[in-house]
Amino acid sequence: MTDQTHIHGERDLAPGQDEQHSVGERILGYVVGLALALLLTATSFFIAGTDLVWQPSIPVALIVLAIAQMGVHLVFFLHITTGPDNTNNVLALAFGLLVVFLVVGGTVWIMSNLNANMPPMDQIMMRQ
Amino acid sequence: MSMTATAGRAHADPHHIGVVVEHPGPASKRIVTAYGFWVFLLSDIVMFSCFFAAYAVLHGQTAGGPSGAEIFEQRNVAIETVCLLLSSFTCGMASIAADVRNRFWFYLGMTVTCVLGLIFLAIEFREFADLIARGYGPTRSAFLSSFFSLVGCHGLHVSAGVLWLLTMMAQVFAKGFRADVLRRMMCFALFWHALDIIWVGVFSVVYLLGSAA
Repeated sequence: MTDQTHIHGERDLAPGQDEQHSVGERILGYVVGLALALLLTATSFFIAGTDLVWQPSIPVALIVLAIAQMGVHLVFFLHITTGPDNTNNVLALAFGLLVVFLVVGGTVWIMSNLNANMPPMDQIMMRQ
Repeated sequence: MSMTATAGRAHADPHHIGVVVEHPGPASKRIVTAYGFWVFLLSDIVMFSCFFAAYAVLHGQTAGGPSGAEIFEQRNVAIETVCLLLSSFTCGMASIAADVRNRFWFYLGMTVTCVLGLIFLAIEFREFADLIARGYGPTRSAFLSSFFSLVGCHGLHVSAGVLWLLTMMAQVFAKGFRADVLRRMMCFALFWHALDIIWVGVFSVVYLLGSAA
């Protein structure tokens, strides 16, 4: 590390650590986060039970709302931001997300492919 | 995060380009601890993603048993969700109180968090007991196996979180707001907020998508 020439301007921030804000600002951050989270949750529950919208759009809407709410939690509760003092936290998060998408996406893709290509169980039984 | 200390100023400008890099030295223990815990939380989320993948594959395999739409009660799920969201908020208030060393607000925030967590656990336990009593236990179908393992794993995490919460209150009571206790409190707050993120996935994917499909 000694021959690196990039400049560390300030100290890094730990995940969950807020920048130097006053208590009032920190409480306000949590209040805003809670309000947004409650709003998104209420929308999710409303969308799931309504017949006001085109039915096939509901699963997509639910997933988008869930991802949005996870983002709200990350920013307002876990204080993961895109600032230069948060680079390590964001990089770790990015790697975690990569693994999550590989696991979930890969599993669903492969299993649905297998499911579509496999003959029904009674046909397998008849061949034996 | 630079964890290496520089030996002196000669190393700070090795190529004599005139830009003196002032390394701040090793990161503080608070940052290292929280970063390590953050990596643990991400690995925990990766583990949950495996349970989510299993549920996504198996949610249609009901083997003649009930489907999700028949057994999920949205009212209970809504109450559970509000409990967890509010407990995340009060947990944040408790960690602010810990940072400013205010015992009253710390104990109050932690107590409310604990009560909300226990309400969540009670509702979930009643739901599980009710399903098992109706013969819809985890052995009934592949769908129910994946449902019980995913939601049960989150429930176990919340139970561990409640135990940790009580430990933190006891530590603050016995040791006060020492630096190491504050670091543990920071990790606990991260853990509790991360559980909330996982619950967002659970109620969206399992309960809402499950009853819509």
